[in-house]
Amino acid sequence: MELLFYLFSAVMILFGLGVVVSRNPVTSALCLVMSFVGLACLFIQLDAFFIGIIQILVYAGAVMVLFLFIIMLLDLKAEEGRQINYLALAGGLILCLVFVVQLGSVLTSFEAGDVGKTPQQPEMTTDKNPEGLSELAMERMAEKKLPDVHLVGWTLFTKYNFPLQVVAVLLLVSTIGVVLLSKRKLT
Amino acid sequence: MLEFFSQLTGLIEPTIKIVGLVFLVILPMVAYSVYAERRFSAILQDRVGPNRVGIPFTKVSLAGLGQPMADGLKFILKEDFTPDHVRKVYYWLAPALTMVPALLTCAVLPFGGYLKLPFVDDPFKLVIADLDVGILFVFAIASLGVYGIVLAGWASNSKYPFLGGVRSSSQMISYEISLGLSVIPILMIYGDLNLSNIVQQQHEQGWALLPITLDGFKPVVSMRDLLLLIPLFISFIIFVTSLFAETNRLPFDLPECETELVAGYHTEYSSMKFALFFLGEYAAMIIGSGFAVTLFLGGWSLPFGWGTNGEDSLFWGLVNVGTFFTKVIAFILFFIWVRWSIPRFRYDQLMRLGWVFFFEIALVNILLTAAILMLFRQG
Repeated sequence: MELLFYLFSAVMILFGLGVVVSRNPVTSALCLVMSFVGLACLFIQLDAFFIGIIQILVYAGAVMVLFLFIIMLLDLKAEEGRQINYLALAGGLILCLVFVVQLGSVLTSFEAGDVGKTPQQPEMTTDKNPEGLSELAMERMAEKKLPDVHLVGWTLFTKYNFPLQVVAVLLLVSTIGVVLLSKRKLT
Repeated sequence: MLEFFSQLTGLIEPTIKIVGLVFLVILPMVAYSVYAERRFSAILQDRVGPNRVGIPFTKVSLAGLGQPMADGLKFILKEDFTPDHVRKVYYWLAPALTMVPALLTCAVLPFGGYLKLPFVDDPFKLVIADLDVGILFVFAIASLGVYGIVLAGWASNSKYPFLGGVRSSSQMISYEISLGLSVIPILMIYGDLNLSNIVQQQHEQGWALLPITLDGFKPVVSMRDLLLLIPLFISFIIFVTSLFAETNRLPFDLPECETELVAGYHTEYSSMKFALFFLGEYAAMIIGSGFAVTLFLGGWSLPFGWGTNGEDSLFWGLVNVGTFFTKVIAFILFFIWVRWSIPRFRYDQLMRLGWVFFFEIALVNILLTAAILMLFRQG
């Protein structure tokens, strides 16, 4: 299993580099898709099936298709011939460095990040029935399986119900805004 | 090292299932659905169709059953011509990207209940990967299928394929929405994303679209299931119509509309690379039919709750596999029947149907299902 971890990490990192290095925007976009697929595989290795699948469904399957769609309508020749902007390059490198330092500081203070220590098995079976969680999800937990879809849904609709509704309204507003902006003449 | 080997032996069962289902069942089915398409269209148009090719070098014709083999050989032997103006890497990548997602989705398709082999203690579950997020997996992988067509259109670097690719991507993105929304009532009713469990529930309570079980000879129907038939039927119609659009089949084959775009996104392709697009479309159709059958028509189960799930008897296990493929073949014939009966939509009509009608109807349908489920909620 460790072999798979290194394989998918390598896929992610190599294609991530491809996004930055390649001069052709379509190649960059497709490298980003592969990077997302690698990330999804890593999530699935952590038993987080739901997040892994959503990663592919939303980012690789929907967002990047739209990206690619727009990129293909652009003039690629002009993009390929552009000079490298050294200021932006330096800025990007500094930003990367800051992120690496922060990651290091987090990993040194975080216990589960210690290599060699086995991470603690999270307590999955709870004695008391959480209110509203379906019986199917409880059965799965009793079988020591993680019903991640049920748990995510349950948490969203009980604990974070209000934020969820707010986000929904926000999305509705943005949809209406886009329709208004794209229609030149309102009839 | 020992652990590594035990992991390797764990790979034997999935490998047999993958080879058995994909290479020995789905791929031959793809080849023969092309043949079925040609024969069936011939019957509908009062022609003869390909009825000559049988065993080579003999006069045995077998109603033309050798035709797919001859076609395959022809595709391989034809000149594989790569035009000079294409973007080479993507031009080669595109056919593979059409075929692979179509075949990957069959990993979560339950093509039977269990198979209890003699001398083996544990019955085998007849699904390659029994994922708890089965339906989401299908949508995720199927949504990658659009890359093949878009890249083919763009990499060909000429006008007709490009227009075909652009059309196709907007069509597929639009209909993915109604396809996804139409499945939600099923998820709400069964409360699970695992396809094997959904079929098991349909086996016990009757199919989603035929919620009747028999007690002796007396049919048992509950009021709740009868009311739920209304949203389920609407869902089914939206699902099947969106499936036609997603697989680029007539009446929605605008991406390869001959009268406007020559051959659409695969205009510049020849020989086996063209065949991969062609076969990818049929593979998507077969697996799409498999999912329609699994979600709405009881998957591998017989109607009225007859038989068992095959956990204890080999006979019922085999009957279930036979039932599944019978249903799938019937559904494929329906696909072909529609193709040769209904004329092509106009592009604006297609987008209007997806965004103005199906999207809204599917949303209201979800509300309707929720209302019915609320009405009959226990406790």
